[in-house]
Amino acid sequence: MDLATVWFALIALCWVLFFVLEGFDFGVGMLAPILGRGSDQRGAAVRTIGPVWDGNEVWLVAAIGVMFAAFPDWYAALLSGLYLPFVLILLALAVRGIALEFRGKKDDGGWRRRCDLALAGSSLAAAALFGAVFGAFAGGLPLGADGEVAASGGALARSLAGLGSPAALLGAVTGVLLAGLLGSTYLGLRTTGPVRDRARAVAPVLAAVLIVLAGVAALFGPLSIGGLALVIVALAGVAVLARAGREALAFAVTALVMAAVTVAILVADFPVLLASSLDPAWSVTLAGAAASPMALRTISIAGIVVLPGVIAYQAFAYWVFRKRVASEPVPT
Amino acid sequence: MDTLDLSRLQFAVVTIYHYFFVPMSIALAALTAGLQTAWRRTGKQRYRDLTMLVGKLLMATFAVGIVTGLVQEFQFGLSWSEFARFYGDVFGPTLAIEGMLAFFLEATFLGLWFFGWDRLSPRLHLATIWIVSIGTVISAFVILAANSFMQNPVAYDIDPETGRARLENFSDLLLNPVNLAAFPHTIAGAAMTGGALLLTIGAWRAWRSPGALTHRDHHSWRLLARLGAWVSLVAGVAVAITGDHLGKVITQVQPMKMAAAEALYRTESGAPFSIFALGGADGGEPFFSLDIPYLLSILAIGDPTATVLGIDDLQAQYVELYGPGNYVPWIPVAYWSFRLMIGAGMLVAAIAALVLWRTRKMRPLDRSGRVGRLLLASLPVLPLLPLAANTFGWIFTETARQPWLAFGLFFTADGVSPGLTEAEVLASLLAFTVLYGILAVIWTRLILHLARQDLSPDPDAPASDSRDHATSAPSY
Repeated sequence: MDLATVWFALIALCWVLFFVLEGFDFGVGMLAPILGRGSDQRGAAVRTIGPVWDGNEVWLVAAIGVMFAAFPDWYAALLSGLYLPFVLILLALAVRGIALEFRGKKDDGGWRRRCDLALAGSSLAAAALFGAVFGAFAGGLPLGADGEVAASGGALARSLAGLGSPAALLGAVTGVLLAGLLGSTYLGLRTTGPVRDRARAVAPVLAAVLIVLAGVAALFGPLSIGGLALVIVALAGVAVLARAGREALAFAVTALVMAAVTVAILVADFPVLLASSLDPAWSVTLAGAAASPMALRTISIAGIVVLPGVIAYQAFAYWVFRKRVASEPVPT
Repeated sequence: MDTLDLSRLQFAVVTIYHYFFVPMSIALAALTAGLQTAWRRTGKQRYRDLTMLVGKLLMATFAVGIVTGLVQEFQFGLSWSEFARFYGDVFGPTLAIEGMLAFFLEATFLGLWFFGWDRLSPRLHLATIWIVSIGTVISAFVILAANSFMQNPVAYDIDPETGRARLENFSDLLLNPVNLAAFPHTIAGAAMTGGALLLTIGAWRAWRSPGALTHRDHHSWRLLARLGAWVSLVAGVAVAITGDHLGKVITQVQPMKMAAAEALYRTESGAPFSIFALGGADGGEPFFSLDIPYLLSILAIGDPTATVLGIDDLQAQYVELYGPGNYVPWIPVAYWSFRLMIGAGMLVAAIAALVLWRTRKMRPLDRSGRVGRLLLASLPVLPLLPLAANTFGWIFTETARQPWLAFGLFFTADGVSPGLTEAEVLASLLAFTVLYGILAVIWTRLILHLARQDLSPDPDAPASDSRDHATSAPSY
């Protein structure tokens, strides 16, 4: 395996970790106002991700940074080709980070309500947009000979090429539901009392809708029959496990589903990284987009030394905050 | 405006805004770590109270820094895809390594620090904030290496087939002489930014608010003001020394930039430094100017009689080197941003020195005299001055490099994403500007809110009201 392939695998790892980790914190953000009644319960839901969301989001920084380093053409074509969708993602992530970080800095009910609302809306938007972008990405982009999405038809046509396709719409709905399922199983795992009970009740519903959606995906082609069977078994398992109170397992299985979906989209056309829907010759390929051997060697040294350490200390952070979060007021 | 101009404007807005929060985060992380260390060493309550305050300021600032930094990382692919393709081999590794090595440290350990008061041993908890601080400094060094390449391309060759830059040696890229000079200058500027903020909050609370002198927190606020003043003053000296060194390096590698800073059109020996000039930016004689003889030659080269190259000669030189074209940056912007950077920075150091002098030996900051009144009146502007200095510094650095994106190597006009439409850039520019405006208002109000809180709990307050203070952990 050459270095370019290794880095493709590591980029896939970064995306998987990002979608699993930030997926559940998107889900918690969306579900906090629904599952939490009153400020204390909502606060408990948000506190389950408070210490870790920052670290989760860095997997996006890593994924994009490593894409830039290892495959500059891939980075350039994807981001400039899906310009407006990515701008919307950045806006949503900005609102989300601020709402999360600022909600507890003021002891004021109205302030917290506004922050919770902003958090829920931006989490939903971010999950939907990431789903849409990955859906569009899986369907290929109308790349021209210069590796850019052609501008004929103007800005609107360009962004519709990204966000208006059936693949993108399917991706958006899937993204929201998968993040919601991850969030509900995570909340079941990390809270006590009424928030936990409601999370356990909502997970099977989300899993059932996802099963229907997988059926739709199989009808339109992106999912094979074997894949469909696997997804149905896994999601049904999640529903049963969540109802039975086996939240750790339910969360783990959901995370596996999310990881599988992410990997499936990324490797679908391998070694083509980003397919051109106009002419296969204009696609961005592994060999064509790879950085020079020296650049790859440089990031390899850093990656081999640093990434295991990152995973270790992030795991440590999760272990430190492993205790369930109670929604009752802290006794004084 | 066309796509190129709009994209440049967007880059400026996004980058300048992001850079309000970066130096503040670097400084506040180090100051929090220092205060917590002082608390662990002495056990004094006031160090603990101040650690909490500065830590909360850091959390709020870091959050804005992280979300605006994300935009920064995406921007090269969004609007500057041709440059990303050309420069990816050099720039990509710095971004990737910054993310993997430094940013993970900062984000993960800041979460551990803020929420870990009850769950980590005191020693480990103290270590987490130091790790955050080290992470911010590593980030700065690596990212400045990427910027230094754009000022002075090193450690690359050009791929003969694709015509793109190819990384030759990563350690040479990091050890670019421009980076070695720019890094300490940037860190000193960051320290000044954090110092001025603490000085303002401390002085405001210790002397400005009614009843402040008898408030139970008075000595903590006073300590904060003097700590901030010391940091600002020392940083001011460091900024001057490192800036002088950076200027000499820049004179070597980008003589046009220093000539633009001085609006020096004709090559001169024993060149004077112009403090202030009116007119003449177009190359004619200014009708009024205030000069210090020989100072420019000293600043640029370190010898009062040295010859400093002028804009006209350099333009002729560059035409010979790079072909026909206009290689002169926008002179009035370069001239004035350079002066405003120095002026704002020196003003902060002067105010800090004055505060230190007037509060020496436990004296209160007297507001009866004219100087005292002026000092207290200057407080609301004080935290903005280092931000202005940093901003003008970057405006100078980046605009006086034009028309190049990477000096001598790649033109700005060639870097913009070819498929991009005006409507797209305009829409995103408006969206970022509006969102950033709202963020600025929220952030400022939050900082004011945090600065208005008392440091220690009121001993007379009913216990039920003190939920936030009861545990040693800050509330979330």
